[in-house]
Amino acid sequence: MNHFLTIEGLTRDALTGLLDDADEFVEVLHRPIPKVPALRGKTVATMFFEPSTRTKMSFEKAAKALSADTMSFSPGTSSLSKGESLKDTVLTIKAMGTDAMVVRHTATGAPWRIAEWIEQPVLNGGDGAHQHPTQALLDALTIRQRFGTLDGLKIGIVGDIRHSRVARSDTQAFAALGANVTMIAPRTLLPVVPEVFPAAVTEDIDDVLSDLDVVYVLRVQAERGGASVFPSLAEYTSRYGITKERFDRLSPEAIVLHPGPMNRGVEIEGVVADDPRALILDQVFNGVAVRMAVLFRLLGGEDDE
Amino acid sequence: MARVMDADDVDRAIRRIAHEVLEKNRGSDEVVLLGIQTRGVPLAERLAIVLEEIEGKPVAWGSLDIGMYRDDLDRRPKRALGATEIPAALGGMTVVLVDDVLYTGRTIRAALDALADLGRPNRVQLAALVDRGHRELPIRPDYVGKNVPTSSSERVTVRLAERDGTDEVVIEAREDA
Repeated sequence: MNHFLTIEGLTRDALTGLLDDADEFVEVLHRPIPKVPALRGKTVATMFFEPSTRTKMSFEKAAKALSADTMSFSPGTSSLSKGESLKDTVLTIKAMGTDAMVVRHTATGAPWRIAEWIEQPVLNGGDGAHQHPTQALLDALTIRQRFGTLDGLKIGIVGDIRHSRVARSDTQAFAALGANVTMIAPRTLLPVVPEVFPAAVTEDIDDVLSDLDVVYVLRVQAERGGASVFPSLAEYTSRYGITKERFDRLSPEAIVLHPGPMNRGVEIEGVVADDPRALILDQVFNGVAVRMAVLFRLLGGEDDE
Repeated sequence: MARVMDADDVDRAIRRIAHEVLEKNRGSDEVVLLGIQTRGVPLAERLAIVLEEIEGKPVAWGSLDIGMYRDDLDRRPKRALGATEIPAALGGMTVVLVDDVLYTGRTIRAALDALADLGRPNRVQLAALVDRGHRELPIRPDYVGKNVPTSSSERVTVRLAERDGTDEVVIEAREDA
């Protein structure tokens, strides 16, 4: 593995190996001194060309817990606003000396392009509406911690699937790990070609709710045009929101996940988000562990010896 | 290929080490055995079983993976991380690190670094089934199953029934030497 760009094409064994390593980093993060020297002397650059708080901080925390140094780049305060090209920005930061780049970009495919320009590993921190592979790993880890396996679980992904890189990466990861995934959304928010997803499709959440082991609630993404494709937020909530009333119809073992940031009262009711079976903060914690696993895999040794 | 220990030799070595651990520590009350991944772990478990047979009470044992602590990560093949399971608080205890082969000492150095992050035992001791020499660091074992003089062009392979189906220690020529 030279880069970590996409879930697509990763085998069950490859995903399981990363999750197993992540389990060990969870153990590290629970220690009194939650830090190991594995990547001492390495530098990880986080380059977020699209605003992000949690993913960027999570990668930085992961790098630091492995004793790597971090540098960060944010477009608002950079030479991008002076007209520098993406390639020049990347080569400039490479010339300063970095051992890996974590990239988030509004343009689909940007991390692949950057991986052609530099020989250091590139990690995709989210590109357009395409992929967000570390999010899929942290979601899979959170589910595996609760159920022991994803094999045979019924997972419903609810909401703006069409504009969601999380939905794409998660569906691929969950399916590769043996889960049965159902995409739940109004037609305007389903993928244009749903058949390319390894998942079933329904427009009626109440039809499948009681069967689900996991309800994965996506954020309503006003910034990606989400608000223009259904009549009103109130209608969205009444048809697809995870309200207390819907939550109570879930099986007692079922869990609720959300990638954040949440719009309380829109796609998820506040009391549901705060219920012990909503593992949203576990997801955040696990995000650090899976990013440690990926950084360790990419930077922690040579491939062929 | 030369076989330097067979299954009976391995068993006798573990039993002798168990007695030495008890003698040196005046019992097993404060002893925590930590097997270094991967083949130190079944050895630690066997040692714990023998100690319990002798003393009539269980001995805490667990595992330590030092993959995150190596100073030569760049020069080694990638390996999946193994489990680190610390069975008891280490403060005030005597930790006996258990490994299959003691060679350069770098694994033990990494294990000591890992231990420092996990607690503060009163004492740390080292048990190795085979000591093959060629130390690169000032590290010595407290308990040795067998001293096996080797050349650095040789490879010492420990096989244990739990992982390899049989117990034996063999010396082979390195393929790349």
